[in-house]
Amino acid sequence: MKIQAFISALFLSLMAVGQQTPAPPQTEAITIEGATAHLGNGELIENSLIMFEGGKLTFVGSAMTKIARRGKTIRAQGKHVYPGLIAPSTSLGLVEIDAVRATKDQDELGEMIPHIRSLIAYNAESKVVESMRPNGVLLGQITPKGGRISGTSSIVQFDAWNWEDAAVKVDDGIHLHWPESFQRGKPNKKYGEQVSEVKDFFKDAAAYGKVRAQEVNPVFAAMQGVFEGTKKLYVYANGEKEILDGIRITKGLGAKEVVLVGGYRAHKLIDFLKGNDIPVLVRHTHKLPFYDDEDYDQPYKLPKLLMEGGLLVGMQNSETSNFQTRNLPFFAGQTVAHGLNREEALQLISGNTAQILGIADNYGTLEQGKSATLFISEGDALDMRGNRLTHAFIDGREISLDTHQTELWKRYSKKYEGEMEGK
Amino acid sequence: MNRLQVYLLLFFLGCAQMSAQDYFPVNDQVKAKNNNYMAFVNAKIYVTPVQVVDKGTLLIREGKVVQAGKSVTLPKNTVVVDVSGKWIYPSFIDVFSSFGVAKPKKFSAKGRSAEYGPSREGFYWNDHIMPENDAIDKFTYDDSVAKSLRKVGFGVVNTHIQDGIARGTGVLVALNREDNDAVRILDDRSAQYFSFKRSVAKRQSYPTSLMGAMALLRQMYYDADWYAKGHVDTKDRSLEALNRNKDLVQIFAAEDKGNVLRADGIGDKFGIQYAILGGGDEYERVADIKATNAKLILPLNFPEAYDVSDPYAAAYVSLEDMRHWNQAPANPKILAEHGVPFSLTLHDLKSPQEFNDKIRKAIQYGLPKTKALEALTTVPSDILGKSDEIGSLQPGRYANFLITSGDIFEKGTILYENWVQGKRNIVNDMFLKDIHGEYKLVVDGQNFSLSIKGEPTSPKAEVKRDTVKLKAKLNYGNEWLVLSLVDGKENTSYRLTALVDPDDDKLKGRAVLSDGKETTFEAVKTGTIDKKKKEKGATGPNMVAITYPNVGYGYASIPRQETVLFKNATVWTSEDAGILENTDVLVKNGKIAKIGKDIKAGAAKVVDATGKHLTAGIIDEHSHIAALAINEAGHNSSAEVKMTDVLDYEDRGIYHALAGGVTSLQLLHGSANPIGGQSAIIKLKWGESPENMVYENAPKFIKFALGENVKQSNWGSYSRFPQTRMGVEQVFIDYFQRAKEYGAKKKSGAAYRHDEEMETLVEILNGERFISCHSYVQSEINMLMKVAEKFGFRVNTFTHILEGYKVADKMRQHGVGAGTFSDWWAYKFEVNDAIPYNAAIMHDQGITVAINSDDREMIRRLNQEAAKTVKYGGMTEHEAWKTVTINPAKLLHLDDRTGSIKEGKDADLVLWSDNPLSVYAKAEITMIEGAVFFDLEKDAKLREAVKRERNLLIDQMLTAKESGHKTQAPQQNKKELMHCDTGAMEQ
Repeated sequence: MKIQAFISALFLSLMAVGQQTPAPPQTEAITIEGATAHLGNGELIENSLIMFEGGKLTFVGSAMTKIARRGKTIRAQGKHVYPGLIAPSTSLGLVEIDAVRATKDQDELGEMIPHIRSLIAYNAESKVVESMRPNGVLLGQITPKGGRISGTSSIVQFDAWNWEDAAVKVDDGIHLHWPESFQRGKPNKKYGEQVSEVKDFFKDAAAYGKVRAQEVNPVFAAMQGVFEGTKKLYVYANGEKEILDGIRITKGLGAKEVVLVGGYRAHKLIDFLKGNDIPVLVRHTHKLPFYDDEDYDQPYKLPKLLMEGGLLVGMQNSETSNFQTRNLPFFAGQTVAHGLNREEALQLISGNTAQILGIADNYGTLEQGKSATLFISEGDALDMRGNRLTHAFIDGREISLDTHQTELWKRYSKKYEGEMEGK
Repeated sequence: MNRLQVYLLLFFLGCAQMSAQDYFPVNDQVKAKNNNYMAFVNAKIYVTPVQVVDKGTLLIREGKVVQAGKSVTLPKNTVVVDVSGKWIYPSFIDVFSSFGVAKPKKFSAKGRSAEYGPSREGFYWNDHIMPENDAIDKFTYDDSVAKSLRKVGFGVVNTHIQDGIARGTGVLVALNREDNDAVRILDDRSAQYFSFKRSVAKRQSYPTSLMGAMALLRQMYYDADWYAKGHVDTKDRSLEALNRNKDLVQIFAAEDKGNVLRADGIGDKFGIQYAILGGGDEYERVADIKATNAKLILPLNFPEAYDVSDPYAAAYVSLEDMRHWNQAPANPKILAEHGVPFSLTLHDLKSPQEFNDKIRKAIQYGLPKTKALEALTTVPSDILGKSDEIGSLQPGRYANFLITSGDIFEKGTILYENWVQGKRNIVNDMFLKDIHGEYKLVVDGQNFSLSIKGEPTSPKAEVKRDTVKLKAKLNYGNEWLVLSLVDGKENTSYRLTALVDPDDDKLKGRAVLSDGKETTFEAVKTGTIDKKKKEKGATGPNMVAITYPNVGYGYASIPRQETVLFKNATVWTSEDAGILENTDVLVKNGKIAKIGKDIKAGAAKVVDATGKHLTAGIIDEHSHIAALAINEAGHNSSAEVKMTDVLDYEDRGIYHALAGGVTSLQLLHGSANPIGGQSAIIKLKWGESPENMVYENAPKFIKFALGENVKQSNWGSYSRFPQTRMGVEQVFIDYFQRAKEYGAKKKSGAAYRHDEEMETLVEILNGERFISCHSYVQSEINMLMKVAEKFGFRVNTFTHILEGYKVADKMRQHGVGAGTFSDWWAYKFEVNDAIPYNAAIMHDQGITVAINSDDREMIRRLNQEAAKTVKYGGMTEHEAWKTVTINPAKLLHLDDRTGSIKEGKDADLVLWSDNPLSVYAKAEITMIEGAVFFDLEKDAKLREAVKRERNLLIDQMLTAKESGHKTQAPQQNKKELMHCDTGAMEQ
């Protein structure tokens, strides 16, 4: 019997090729009771009560509240509940294996290609995307890479049959990689020229939008949302000069909603950024100090410096391999030993990010009326010691926490268990 | 004798002597010979740098010094030149020059795949070994270059072909304009040269790295010996040349403080004392450099200040580089102070013209003038073994000397003449009257003001009529003055010529006007020119302190052992004792002296560790920080190379790793080839020399690698075996079989060719050296274990080992340990099945598992990576902690010394603010052998110090820029951040 079970388990695991079957829509109300709820907006409810139905949160409050519990109840005393974490500016689903060119779809030819859209290339069945979920990362902004303007991103949730089902916000923003005044360790003599190219492009695109063109220019057409405020403009810049130029120039040329991405020296420009109402998607923490003589913990404390200055700050890891994105909670957790409290750290990867990406009406925090996109962890999810998920929900759908990796784990654990039994 | 006569005399004398070889027929004149003497009298003469004669006489004949001294008897046939007030020095010698030898052309690698074999036949197997090159074969005397050298005082240079690792012999040549090579070549096999740099002209891949170059040199010497003993049937012109050149002066172009020591180390092994070309940063390791007993050849390549006027750009310049700007001019002074003998070279200057400024700067920084002069005369002649021919004005030496207006190292001193082999070269006219001054000029009844200023030997004129400036061009030489003026306003011109009377300040002569009218002019001197403007940046050197290491966050002194009592800590023992609450740990003499409750402090410094966690220092089984090179990719086996050869003790990664609680690591060779190089196992003693970082009696390790990297799968390289996993197996089998046969031959007592590579592999076969093998997929893991079993040894560690979980049972059986990533995958095809549960599964199967970094960022938080084994696979916290402490110690055979908290072990300890596995934990104190190499308080002070010093140096550089010094664009000192793959790709 045991051998039969083993064989069938083996057979099942061999069948599995990547993505777990997406969960069906929520049919039954779910109540989570007793957990410490981290709302993602800086607040925390000990011994909480969370209920959701039809994919929406119907109650978020204290378990002491006298209110009828609905549907299936999950007892979660000692556990923690978090909003689904959001990974901005990532090429998840566009790249499967870094070293295999055939699996890479993140970088199209051309320097200014805002019309290039990530969404249609997003692989909803990616094994790498799947591996985000057991760590609590449930949403991502799928973003093209490379070039000056690398294209248009879309925001997706990580449990879907295809890209169309995955889409949460289609064509949400355009990504501009600001020229660098220093390159390969030396002053970039072409910086001015490169900045002019961006300026000219913006001017052309804006002029194009002033009249109904007879002949459609798909490149300029793709830019119109930036001037109308329907698409955010994500400006990637790290140095002080680059940040100043990038924000000042794009705003001056009519970009309505500008987000700074990277912002390594943004702490030197807090007032400027505040004055221009610029949120920051800061570089994640697990990086080396960029300059030789910086404090060893500069990358660790940067998010704190920005939040403390009163900026709206989210965190991204666009510079690293996609598989690393599952460590997003730990990138945030790292800030805690360097000045933020745990709820602030969580905001960096949930509520704040949702606000910056423009999906806060539905995602990013645990609030009544919002999507029931959340997870339960055995312990503190921002700490490697505690991040062990028991449940995760996207729009109220209970998603599988299995992955290609857990299947291999189980399969080989069984192999050895089988061997032990055979002996 | 009037001046003109002296001129003529000197001219003829200069021409006549030694102009032709005795036995050569002469057909253009009579075969006359000039045997006259020539005496320079009333000069201050530096016979040697320390033997100085006032109002002395230098007597020369036939290109040599007859005598120099106070009272010299002049033979009757002596032409006497009175040079009273002038100074005479022996002319300078440059030991390290490329004079007259064309630079080899660089090969273009574009679009061609790497070449692994040699391009030559009948020579050494490696193209970069070219001892058969003789510079004399390529030498062509180039007087335009010679002139630029004579102009700054050089009379003799030692030149060679500056290309390749063994470079062949050099030529010692006098910069003698008039005679031919038969006279000016003083030695056509003056020295034999070496370097660590590949030939730019050759394509053979090996060596791709510094450590490869070192290994190649060692093997070359072994092979030369083997060849000399007649064991080789075939012809090897390289080794023959090397052996032939054995008794020459051996010169090594190291060009960096560390490389000076590396070169000397190689020399020591083979009984060779090289004279070594430094890099200008030797002051940073002066004690070690002195201990080499090598004579150095030092460049004067003091860097220009960075242009830091743009603060955004200035931020990129590292303190290390700013400091080097500030400190480098003190290099000669510091070496002199420590009694290190050195000569100075023009090498690495942009042009010889920079020499005067640079040598003055060195003197301004404290180099005694006598030392400077020695470094340019007696020391180079001594290095070359030619003290009886050059370098001084003692009898019998070549008449190579300088005549100057005064102290040659003072600004404003004029070098008049540079005599080479008794031949006169005029640099500046010694007898030219100084006509600088303000004059009242009258031409054709018109009044002008004339001021003559500028360089003493090439004066410029400025002429005004009232306030209107005229275009003026002044020519002055051979006692004649020619001045042409154009008055734009009046539309007239004047041409004035005058023979300058040495005894009259008045200038007078012929004037020709625009209309052709000839008349006279007169200029009466009315005043002198204020000669000296303020000296550029004359504030004098303000040298900042050297730290250990001499970069940002270096310590003022190397941390010393302390007696410390950690009170009331939660102690993670990494031993069976587990985690002990409220426990004291006493550290004494670098060891963990006592663990227990309520230990008496005595004289110990007490650290209150209440609420904190004390652990053993983290050990990284797989790291590439602190290295100058990672891969020797030129061969599919590089067992002969040593990571200990290329330690980078100044790498900031060391400090960063300490801040993450790391105390030891294995610096592994990369994964470019199936058989990599020998490891360095080090403690992160920030500030210590590389030698002191390496473990004493360190267990011997070597890196092996499997899979995509050794197959060169992920970049366009198709010419090196192996290209498949099938081939990888055969590489191992072949090498081990040969090693077995080599070992047997060696043991048999028969003569054998010492092979560095085979020696290393024999150690593996004998169980004396352990393999740490980069590995991913199960097939290859299994394969290597089978190969090892076939040859009767055990693989010690599989590193990375991402599919170890698939063959954990086989690994246990073989007895191999594992060092793995916690959660890396998906970056290449062979890690598709990598799972973060790997560590836990292998651990459950009884394998010793370590979590490693292979990454200079991740090494900063290996504690967190260990914690992931709790998340993935459910290891207990104490077992998780062992994956970065005692387990890697076991894998490295260091578990009797470090890796746990146990009485008697090295006090390699970390105090954490929180549970060390937590993302919230910070290392507060990191201690190695009882010395604190990192703590948060020290760090806070260092941060301030770094900021202060940066500001100070930026200020100094701004001042330098304002006072007119040249600057260079700001640059970021970006060291390549190294992984396994670094340097694996071919050029």
